[in-house]
Amino acid sequence: MTYIVKPKLRHPALPVNKLGFTHRDYEGTVSTLCAGCGHDSISAAIIQACFELAIEPHRVAKLSGIGCSSKTPTYFLGQSHGFNSVHGRMPSVLTGANMANKELIYLGVSGDGDSASIGLGQFVHCIRRGVNMVYICENNGVYGLTKGQFSATADKGSKSKGGASNMDTPLDLASMALMVGASFVGRSFSGDKEQMVPLIMAAMRHPGPCFIDIVSPCVAFNNHAGSTKAYDFVRAHNEAVNRLDIMEPRDPITVEYAPGTTEEVALHDGSSLRLAKLDANYDPSDRIMAMAYLQAKAARNELVTGLIYMDRHATDMHANLNTVDAPLNGLGEKELCPGTKALDAFNASHR
Amino acid sequence: MPPTDIKNPDYFHKVVDCQWACPAHTPVPEYIRMIAAGRYSDAYMVNWHSNVFPGVLGRTCDRPCEPACRRGRVEEVTGAPQPVAICRLKRVAADNKSDVKARMPRPAARKNGKRVALIGAGPASLTVARDLLPLGYTVVLYDGDAAAGGMMRTQIPKFRLPETVLDEEVDYILDLGPELRLGQKVNSLKGLLSEDYDAIFVGCGAPRGRELDIPGRKEAKANIHIGIDWLASVSFGHTDKIGKRVIVLGGGNTAMDCCRTSRRLGGDEVTVVVRSGFEEMKASPWEKEDAMHEGIPIHNFLVPKEFLHEDGKLTGVRFEKVKAERDAKGRRNLVPSGEPDTILQCDDVLVAVGQENAFPWIERDIGLEFDKWDMPQVDPATMQSTNPKVFFGGDAAFGPKNIIWAVAHGHDAAISIDLFCQGKPVGQRPPPTVNLSSQKMGIHEWSYDNDVSNDNRYKVPHAPIEKTLKNVKMEVELGFDVKQAFLEAQRCLNCDIQTVFDTPKCIECDACVDICPMDCITFTGNDEEAELRLHLSAPALHASQDLYISSALKTGRIMAKDEDLCLHCGLCAERCPTGAWDMQKFLLEAPKTGYACQHR
Repeated sequence: MTYIVKPKLRHPALPVNKLGFTHRDYEGTVSTLCAGCGHDSISAAIIQACFELAIEPHRVAKLSGIGCSSKTPTYFLGQSHGFNSVHGRMPSVLTGANMANKELIYLGVSGDGDSASIGLGQFVHCIRRGVNMVYICENNGVYGLTKGQFSATADKGSKSKGGASNMDTPLDLASMALMVGASFVGRSFSGDKEQMVPLIMAAMRHPGPCFIDIVSPCVAFNNHAGSTKAYDFVRAHNEAVNRLDIMEPRDPITVEYAPGTTEEVALHDGSSLRLAKLDANYDPSDRIMAMAYLQAKAARNELVTGLIYMDRHATDMHANLNTVDAPLNGLGEKELCPGTKALDAFNASHR
Repeated sequence: MPPTDIKNPDYFHKVVDCQWACPAHTPVPEYIRMIAAGRYSDAYMVNWHSNVFPGVLGRTCDRPCEPACRRGRVEEVTGAPQPVAICRLKRVAADNKSDVKARMPRPAARKNGKRVALIGAGPASLTVARDLLPLGYTVVLYDGDAAAGGMMRTQIPKFRLPETVLDEEVDYILDLGPELRLGQKVNSLKGLLSEDYDAIFVGCGAPRGRELDIPGRKEAKANIHIGIDWLASVSFGHTDKIGKRVIVLGGGNTAMDCCRTSRRLGGDEVTVVVRSGFEEMKASPWEKEDAMHEGIPIHNFLVPKEFLHEDGKLTGVRFEKVKAERDAKGRRNLVPSGEPDTILQCDDVLVAVGQENAFPWIERDIGLEFDKWDMPQVDPATMQSTNPKVFFGGDAAFGPKNIIWAVAHGHDAAISIDLFCQGKPVGQRPPPTVNLSSQKMGIHEWSYDNDVSNDNRYKVPHAPIEKTLKNVKMEVELGFDVKQAFLEAQRCLNCDIQTVFDTPKCIECDACVDICPMDCITFTGNDEEAELRLHLSAPALHASQDLYISSALKTGRIMAKDEDLCLHCGLCAERCPTGAWDMQKFLLEAPKTGYACQHR
């Protein structure tokens, strides 16, 4: 970890977003993770995404559980709301917070231990309920805080730093998220910000349960030859299915792709998502195909990254429950406790 | 772009903006760290080896280092960017050092039989003397004045440079035992060449103040003085008063010294008048500030037309009002504004409109060529004239500059004289001494304080104006005290602690990119420099600042670092998991004669 405070001085010509903020204004305190941790790159990508979307920091709630990954919300969006919950219980806390105030942007940050082991039940149910959130799993395949034991997402045959092979079957959180109804599923690599940033931006604008699995090498315990979550291995086996750009209505098109290889998807806020297809046959709107594709590639040791699935007609928990338009925490006593007469009438309707 | 060759000493030297800008290439961050650590004597000696007059320069230097200082660029976001007060920190070292006599080079134990004459005993000649005497040269120092020091003694007022400070630093050189011929003006170079000197160095300065030939100059001459002559006269105590109303003509540092000296010798209403605009004045901004602080107004766009006089006594000056206009070629010209002339009443006028070289004592038939401006032809690298035995330096070489340039010339000339006297070609210059060493002390510990200070520049305290205006010898600036000096020293970014990148170690994890507070670092595909500069994490603002380019990494990308705004905070190296980044101190000592080696 670093002992000094990151200097306040900044580059005088940094771009400013429409709120007048530079990306430096979205930082948190300096990271205490190991030098070179992939999680820090993910934090930087979140900072960049929020800067580019010109999100007002007070409109974001970041929630996390326990673990290296769950420490990271301290290192970004220092002016946003935050809650560091019990191990594996972030999804419940996030669900409750979203239920009470649907107007915030919910960012759940978890890791493979927090989500795939102790919190696996919470993970699937939160997605199953359709909570409008961006759930990011910083996935390094090991328990870093307890010195590098295999986690539930470690690939079969992957080697530990000590040389032992993992004999257990891995959980693929992206596949599980697809199976239990996530309306936006992405996968990325902490060493590829060009892919991560637009993916996070698209997820933050998506009105439903979003899950992004980000492979994030643990430099201390899982970045050696034989590990399937090491920088070198991931770079060699990364199979990006598409590239994303978030286009504001006024943005000029700066990157040219060959005709027929791009697809524009309108987002609900007027901007659009431009997808450059790297695999011409891959259709991210086909959930069944996406699940099969992930499995097929995984069987060949290939890591599929990019936008894996997006439901263009996504809804969320509040729509499913038919809650009122106003956020529940904004309702007064009168609305919440309409009185004996209303209760009697309600009970009568069920008799 | 090809990968950066960090083995070329110029590459990292350029990153140390202050040292690169200094004519003598004094290792500034090195001595600033010593000041912060309270090692004033060490800081003084680092300076002394490089610039010979730390106490003098710490008060009077033209500070080319400060406009170059990186701090003045990185603070831009605070609205009032200010460089580190490098010059005044140098003074702190001089003020607080202990006795350094024992650390000075000793006179040569044995003479080498070579005799060198130095003409003029100013900063250039004294530097040559210092560099040659410890090697065994017999050095003969000529000066028309009665004391050594040259313009440092005659032109700089005592309220800016106390005599004791100058004497001390001149004495360090005189202690090395040059033969002094003070009060002996050299009237013929031919004559001197006929004596048994192996080499002659001309360091006589630019001793002639420029005249202002306008009507009334002769009639009112009793009250019209040439600035540098008048300052010399004050310095030697021949002049101790001036009229109540004084006009100083000219906008350079000499004009500022003239007006401030006048304020102390009875001038109650002192006015500076410049031909061009206030902004275009040659005087350093801080000297203008100091003058105005002493109640001296500066009028601009007024061209003197006539000295007015009655019965042989000066009564005033008539000025024409002008304005600046650009002609078709874009050149700036002063043209009459058409407004009526201005008349300013006065009792005395000081003319400080420039200085000129004058070599009436150099014969034109001794193989020493002069150019069309009547300046000697001098090689800027070797300081040798077309007469191989004669070398030049300081203002005598290329016209009026300043002390630090004179020192730099002196070092170069001493090297040449030494080579020449040994029969070696003077063009074969010795290389600088360069040292690059890691500053890593522990996992996240460095041998320097990498925590960047957020403080703004500290102001040097002044003595109360009521007192300083009454005494022409009382020093105005008090200098930083030890506490202020520490805080100001902490503003230094340690630009000599270089970010050194070891390509094979990099795993491209982006940790350095993410942590860098100035967005200096980019990993990207390689391209031509102009194209690359457009695709960095943050815009490259200054093309004169280099990009540090690595060779190709595993992914085929390169690392590109814009050196321009790097804080040298070492966070890239702290966050680097593999040690691909390291913080290494780059210490460069500009070449000097062999005395430095013998001294070690």
